[in-house]
Parts: sequence; structure tokens; C-alpha cells
Amino acid sequence: MQVNQEFKPKIVAFCCNWCSYAGADLAGTNRSNYPADVKIIRVPCSCRVNPLFILRAFQRGADGVILCGCHPGDCHYTTGNYYARRRMTLLFSMLDYLGIEKERTRVEWVSAAEGAKFAATMNEFVETVTALGENKRLEDLRCKAK
Amino acid sequence: MKKVSRENLDALFAAIAEAKKLYLPVADGTDEKRGVKYSVWTPEAKYAAEAVNTVRSAKDFFFPQVENMVNFKVNGKKIEVDDIRTECEDFVIFGVRACDAASFKILDSVYLSEPVDTYYQNRREHGVVMTMSCSKPSETCFCSVFGIDAAEPAGDVSCWLTDDAVLMQANTEKGEALLASLPMLEDAADDAAEESKAKTKAILEKLPLKNLSTDSFGGDKLMELFSSDKWASLSEACLGCGTCTFVCPTCQCYDIRDYDTGHGVQRFRCWDSCMYADFTKTAGGQPRPTQLERFRQRFMHKLVYYPANNDGVFGCVGCGRCMKSCPISMNIVKVMKTLGEGNA
Amino acid sequence: MQSEMMKRASELLADGTVVRVLGWKNGEFVYDPTPAVFDSAEALEKDFVYHDFCGSNLSKYLIKLSKLEGKTLVFLKPCDSYSFNQLLTEHRIKRENVYIIGVPCDGKLDPDKVREAGAEGILGITTDGDTVKAETMYGEVSVSKKDCLLERCEVCKSHKVVVYDEMLGENGEENPESGRFDMVAKLEAMTPEERFAFWRGELSRCIRCNACRNICPACSCEQCVFDNPASGVSQKAAADSFEENMFHIIRAFHVAGRCTDCGECSRVCPQHIPLHLLNRKFIKDINTYYGEYQAGAEEGSRAPLVNFTKEDCEPNVVYKGGSK
Repeated sequence: MQVNQEFKPKIVAFCCNWCSYAGADLAGTNRSNYPADVKIIRVPCSCRVNPLFILRAFQRGADGVILCGCHPGDCHYTTGNYYARRRMTLLFSMLDYLGIEKERTRVEWVSAAEGAKFAATMNEFVETVTALGENKRLEDLRCKAK
Repeated sequence: MKKVSRENLDALFAAIAEAKKLYLPVADGTDEKRGVKYSVWTPEAKYAAEAVNTVRSAKDFFFPQVENMVNFKVNGKKIEVDDIRTECEDFVIFGVRACDAASFKILDSVYLSEPVDTYYQNRREHGVVMTMSCSKPSETCFCSVFGIDAAEPAGDVSCWLTDDAVLMQANTEKGEALLASLPMLEDAADDAAEESKAKTKAILEKLPLKNLSTDSFGGDKLMELFSSDKWASLSEACLGCGTCTFVCPTCQCYDIRDYDTGHGVQRFRCWDSCMYADFTKTAGGQPRPTQLERFRQRFMHKLVYYPANNDGVFGCVGCGRCMKSCPISMNIVKVMKTLGEGNA
Repeated sequence: MQSEMMKRASELLADGTVVRVLGWKNGEFVYDPTPAVFDSAEALEKDFVYHDFCGSNLSKYLIKLSKLEGKTLVFLKPCDSYSFNQLLTEHRIKRENVYIIGVPCDGKLDPDKVREAGAEGILGITTDGDTVKAETMYGEVSVSKKDCLLERCEVCKSHKVVVYDEMLGENGEENPESGRFDMVAKLEAMTPEERFAFWRGELSRCIRCNACRNICPACSCEQCVFDNPASGVSQKAAADSFEENMFHIIRAFHVAGRCTDCGECSRVCPQHIPLHLLNRKFIKDINTYYGEYQAGAEEGSRAPLVNFTKEDCEPNVVYKGGSK
């Protein structure tokens, strides 16, 4: 695949309030670098993320969507991320089934102490999506900036 | 009257397509057997001459399901309006059946009366309709009930299929201009289509629904039909989906919506259905609170309200699409028979 | 079977066990019966039918009917009984207000397939063993029955009525070797490009008539998210190819784990979109990742998406181990 050097993907990262958002904070405090194209949306729990949110992110121009939550077993609400895990597995599998590049979606568990992991995850995800290029298969043409 | 041999039909299509975009019924590309739809003609396209009707009606050409009307750009307190209307390209629709051709008249009476719908008018003016007489009507056909003759289809050009040729008769200036631009057409006797017409008429005589009565309907029957207690049982199984309204060639209701694109607003209109719970919903609520009222609305519109305002012309053309598509097989024929019982 | 059903229904109406009967009413033609409620033996006598075209699933009507006063008698085919159980599990039907008579089913016919076999202008259809004979305006057409079965019947998952008060005829068996996931597996084996092209071809035909949603026994919300102007995704038409995809992905997702695979969505689609392939993909994935589960097989079972185990696989099975 030809890598477009100019292309900077837009990434939406849903981060749970209790672990991953704090992890992102720590990444900042530690001055770890990760691309500014990652836009974080804070959610109370990874379980709050409705499949519609993921699709809407793509509709509104995201090239990749990542969901970060507490490690399984560490959910602030005890079990939220277990449900999220099943939902996202099925949703991602469905997107793949419809022929949408499966590398555009991801789930990672990032704790409040894992600032470095947060930065590394984002760097790696941005790299993957950059290689894929623009999101064409799940775009809404009306939302493309003119 | 003009004619072209059946071997030359593809050459004729090619000649039309050279000047204008040509649409015609072809078997749906995804699966040979899954219905017929209007598609742009290409040299590979195979005209489905026998198929009595397309799944979707021909109204799509003049009244598409979704249509952008205007764009807005909002900048602080300033709103910029971007009128996106442009002159429509000329196009030809070939193979329209008599029922669909009659439906255009009904749409015209709605959209071309004051205030004129310029979006519709634009398309209507640039479209040439070539109709085709029916050679294999379906058991669900009942156009004759509404005074439509499947052997004499209207349109800018009427066509008839014979064993070896397609005969064409221009009915309007637009139609004549089109035929004059086609060098491969040969002259034919004025009565050349009689045999084909007689064949069609013989089949029409055998249609099971040809004796459906419209006597109990019309603008003057408003109160007795509106208050009929038969609506309850007729509508009890209705799911409230919009299938009948979307495949219907004469259903003309739409909704106007705004879509926020993130950098502006697109105002578009799309088909709406009186079967939906939010149809004509206002701040004051829903005027038709249950499915019974919504169901009644659709058939009252076709059989009573529309004729009341249009010299007794019914708002149905008898194409039979709703009979084939309704998930629970409720349709205008059953409604007419049930309401007509005891009155006829 | 039809006369037995009418006899039993009349008896139950007469002895006061039930006050109404939900069944199928004779249509204009042989192939278009409509679900209907009958309240007397005379009404049954006049219009009640049960034959090869009574494919529609009656379970969803019971959401409303079971809330009325008095018991409703309903005839449930095997597929319908799974939907019924699922609705019971979701507390949408009052069981005590329903009297179920299970009826066996050996496959229902799709009138469109009879047409596609060359029968235009159908005046009558008779089934004689494995042959379907259509008398048409243009002559007689004979087709083998298996060629005009509804898709769901071709790969019937179960001939067993799973919930009933009494059974007419012999109850059937489940059929785990139905091969209903074959097409899903075939799609999975394609490249993403091919899959994308396949689904674009199918979903671009969608006219958003909502027939699939409104017929679906699992879609029993009072107001759908796609009808709710406050949801931000309410649409009356798919204005962009994205919205076609979104509607069908989300609809399939909302019924994932609850869909009994009754196949009504595909039966009613006027555009013949194979919607069951979306639902079956979820069912297949659920079976693979979380263990075999058949929605509606057992009343009260916990649907996979409102359940979990600590050992569940990670979502990355999709992009690491999953299909090509």
C-alpha cells in the first residue's frame, strides 16, 4: 500500500473517565508524544459507547475510532467494560463483514497509570490508519468539508 | 406511425442514448430473478420487455426519493443562501406502462398547479416519456377500473410490441422531435398496431380484478366512508411501514428536513408516508393518533379526497405494486371490496 | 389442517376459553392471506385460512392483543413460537392472556419465487406433494416446491414448536444441520473489497420503507431510535450511502442476541435485500465467541449481549484472528 505522506488521519478516541482518560492525562503530564489528530471524547464508562457513536464518528469524518477503558476486572462500575467488550467485538466483526477495513476500529484497555501505554497505543493506531488512508467506505459525502 | 425492427432496437437505444440519458426497465443486476428496475441504458443492458412492471414506480424520475433543495452557510449572524437549482439534463424514459404514464398526470395536478413546484417542473420539462403497451399483464393489474387502457398508453411517444418490430406513435411535440431525430425509424401504416392492441385487450378482458367497482367511492361519499366501522378490521394488521406509499406511483407526500453537515446546512426533501406515526406531526401533536386513522387517510386520499378536488379522477392507477409488496397483504383492492360490500 | 384448526378454534370460542382468535384471513388471491382477528365461529367459517402462503409471523401482534381483556387464541408455527418465547422473555406479552395452539410447518412458499419460475398472472396455486402447480392467465406452470420456499424455510432451523398449550398434529424436531450459515461463511471467505461491493449492491437498493423493522418481532420499541428526532439520527430516507449502511448495521445490532432468525425481514423486503445475512452474522459470531445460543428456544434465557464471562475473547479477535 502506498503511504500518503501528506495524509493526516482524524482519530476519535472514546476514553472512559476513570482509567483511560486519566491515562491520557498522565501521558500529557509525562510529556509523552502522540499525534494531535487524536480527538478524545470522555465517556463515563466504556460501556456508555453505543455502536451509533462509532458510526457517527465515521460519518462526521473520522478515519479511525478507538475505544479505551479500564482493564477487564478494574471497571469503576464493576462490570461495564465486560459488556462493552462483547458489544465491540460483535460490532467490529460486523463492520468487517460489510467490507469496512477492520484496522480502523480498535479497543484497548488503558489504566490511569499507563500514560506511556496510552501514547504508544495512539502512535501505533495513527500509524495503522495513516497506512490505510482516508475512510472512504463509511463516509458521508455531505460531511466532507468543501 | 413509425417502426423499428426488434433486431434494430439496440441501435435505436444507442441513438437515443447518444443525445440524451436513456432509462429503461432492466432485470436487476444483482440477481437475475430479483425484479426489474429502471436503469441507465448501456450496450450490455437488456431491456425487460415482458416484465409488466418495475418494483419501484417511474415517479422516481420526476419526484426522487431524496432531493437537495437549498444549502445554507451560517457565519455568525449572517446566513448565506446557496440556490443549488440547475437546469436538468434532457432524459428519456423508455418502456413506461400505461398505469405509470397515467400517474404522471396525477403528480402534475399536484405539483404543477399553483404554486408550481419548480424542482418537479424542471425534471418534467426535460424528460421525454416513451410508453409501452402491456403484453403480459399480471393478475394484480386493475388499471382499467380507473379508465386507463393498457393497450393505448399515454406519454410523449406510445409504443407497441409486435412479433418482429416496435411501433411508435408520437403524441406530443417533444415526442415528435425525438422520433424525428432517429434515422433508423421506418414509416408504418397507421393501423399497424391494431393487432397488438387487440391481443392486449383480449388479455385485459380476462383479468380477475377488471370488475372491481368504484361506485361506492368519490368526493361525494366523504362522511359515510370516513365514519365506516370497517376501517378497524381493515387496519388491524397494518404494520405502519411505508412500503405501499413508497412503491406507489401516485403517492406524493414529502417531508422537508435540514441536515447539519458540520460546515453548513443542507435542506432536503424526502418521501414521507402517511402510514408513519410522525407524519404531519406538529407542535400540537399527531392529528392521526393510531394506525387506524393513518390507514384510513391513505385510502380516503386516493378514493375520496383526491377525486373531490380533481373532477372525480381517482388517485390510484391500478398498477398493483402495493398488492405485491405489502408485508401483510393488505391493499387497496381489499379495501375497496370491503367498503363496497353492501353498497354496490 | 385448516379445518382441524377452525374446529378447535370454534370449540374454544364456544366454551369461553378464549374470546378471540388470531389467525390468517383469506386474501384476494391464493397467495395473499392477511393476519386477522376473528371473534366468532361464523367469522372463522367465512374467512379463516391456513395454507402454504401463511408465512407471516403472528407473535408480534400479541404484544397488543395480550393486553386486551380476555384470552386470545393464536396459532403458532415453529418459527413464530421462538419469537413468542423471546417476547415473553422480554416481558412484552402477557402469557396468561394467550392460548397457544402449535401447528406443524413443512415450509412456506414465497409467491415471488413462484412468479420468478415463470408464473405471471397467477389465478390459483395448488400443492401436490413436492410439486407446486400454478394456474395462470398464460397457462399452467409447475415448479418443485423446494424451489419456491421462503429463504428461511430452505434452511429451516427447527420444526419444533417451543411453546404451546396444545399441539395440533405431530411436533417436529430441531434441525442443527440446516446449513443456514453457509452464505455467511461464503461472504466471510471473500476479500473485504468483494464484501464491500456485495453489500453496497444490496443495501443501495433500500428504500427505507421500514417494512423489515416494523414486521420484526424483536423490534418492539415504542419509538425507534430512527424515528426519534432527538436522537440525531432520525431519518425518513437514506440521503447518503452512509445512512443506508448505518440503518441496517444498527438495526441488526439492536436485535443481536434477541433475533430468533425468523426471517420475516427478508420475506417482506420489497427490494429483496437479504437482510437475514446481517442477523445471521451476529448469531454466528455469538455462537463462535460466546457459545451456542438460540434466542427464544427457552423462555427466560439471558441474551448474550446482556451477559458476559470474565474469559470472553478480546475485540481484537476480529482483526487478528478473524476472517480474511
